This record gives sequence, C-alpha cells and structure tokens, in this order.
Amino acid sequence: MSLTAYLTLAALVFAIGLFGVLTRRNAIGILLGIELMFNAVNINLVAFARFHGDLLGLVFTLFTIAITVAEVAVGLAIVIVIFRVRRTVEADRLDLLRG
Amino acid sequence: MAYAAFFVVAAMAVVSALGLVLRRNAIHGALFLIVNLGSIAVLYQTLGAEFLAWAQVIVYAGAIMVLFVFAIMVLIPGKEETGPDPRRPWRLLALPAGALLFVQLIFVVGRDRGGGGADVSPAGGGVEAIAGLLFTRYLFPFELTSVLLLAAMVGVLLLARRRV
Repeated sequence: MSLTAYLTLAALVFAIGLFGVLTRRNAIGILLGIELMFNAVNINLVAFARFHGDLLGLVFTLFTIAITVAEVAVGLAIVIVIFRVRRTVEADRLDLLRG
Repeated sequence: MAYAAFFVVAAMAVVSALGLVLRRNAIHGALFLIVNLGSIAVLYQTLGAEFLAWAQVIVYAGAIMVLFVFAIMVLIPGKEETGPDPRRPWRLLALPAGALLFVQLIFVVGRDRGGGGADVSPAGGGVEAIAGLLFTRYLFPFELTSVLLLAAMVGVLLLARRRV
C-alpha cells in the first residue's frame, strides 16, 4: 500500500471525528470524538515512520498514547464532577463562563 | 492480498467511526470506538509496528475503553441527545465543516511530498527497535511521560474525592 492510502484514511477518520465533536451534545460523546481524532493522528505518525524508514514516528506514537490516557482520565473525572454539581453532562448547558 | 486486507480494515475503521458519530446512544458510540481502535491496531500491524499494535489494544481497548464504559454507566447519558435542540442550525454546520476539513487534508495529502512515497521497509517496529530509541535518545521525554501520568493520577484522585 502507498503512503497516500494511509494518509487518506487518516484524513477521513480525522474529519469524521471533527464532525462527531461538533454534533455531540453530551460531554462524553465529545470525548469519544476526540479519541477518534487522536487515532487518525497516530495512523499518520506510524505511516510516516514506515515509509520514511524512521522509527521516531513509533516513539512519538507511544508518547501520544500515554498522553491520551492522561487526557481521558482527567477529562472523564471532570465530567463526573460536573455531573455531580450540575446534574447534567449536556455540553450546551455548561456555559458559566459565557459573557 | 495486502491490498484486500488494507481495504477491508480501512472500511471497518471508517464504518465504525461513522457509527460512532451517527448513533445517539453513548454506549453504542463506545462500542463502535472499540471496533475502530481494533481495526487501527490491525493497520499498525500491516505497517510493521507490532509493538504499537499490541500497545494500542492493551492501552486503548483495555484501559481507556473501560474508563469510558464505566463513566457512561455511572452517568447514563443519552437524554442529552434527544428532545428539541435549540442549537440545531449551528449543529448542521458541522457537516460542511467536517467536509471542508477533509477536502483540505486530501489537498495536502495529494501534493507532491518530494520523496518518501516508496515503501522502504525499515528495520521493523518490534519492541527491540523502539526500546533502543526510547531508552537512549528519548529517555528524558519518556521519564516526563511518567511524571505526566503521575500528575494525571493525582489530579483525578483529587477531582473524584468526595468533599469532606
């Protein structure tokens, strides 16, 4: 397979992830969309590592995965705290900082 | 054979991603994300990154999805996605926004990158090769990652604690 095929797939998954982030109304759905976008980035990194013969992309992907774990853990904890305080996880109603 | 495998796995990844964004039910979204992550792990395998494929399965499907499913079970979201939507006109803009991003990305991908397009088959993405880089040149970022995970763990414990 060519590099372009992998990059196209990653672009498609990334765009679908963005669509999901923009359309979801609950905060957990938004986090799921962000996961999708992270994975598209990882596909790109691994594909570049393979087609440029440079293992650095794989190391970067490992870092991305570790950072994603931290992001999801903190994000879900924040969502649970928000639910405890506001009794909703609907993102549109969390507008305390709105002017 | 490799082509067929790629297209089957890519189709699985795209269909599960579409399922994730189109289904209203959050638990269905989480299950679709598991399929998506699994097919991306297979893609890593086809790219010769065995270690990453297994790390993907263990970390994402094992750890992250358990967190997601647990949070969905605790919060039982779903009511948010039904009922009248006051911001529906804005949300309809998501489709052109996503399509525009995709077209832009395809435009960038389609451009001539000047070399690097050929399959050069590196020394392999096994544990040994990654560890050789990770524990020598990139030891400091690696240690920073562990500090980040520790900070995230402490932060989550503080957040989730009941106020006393």
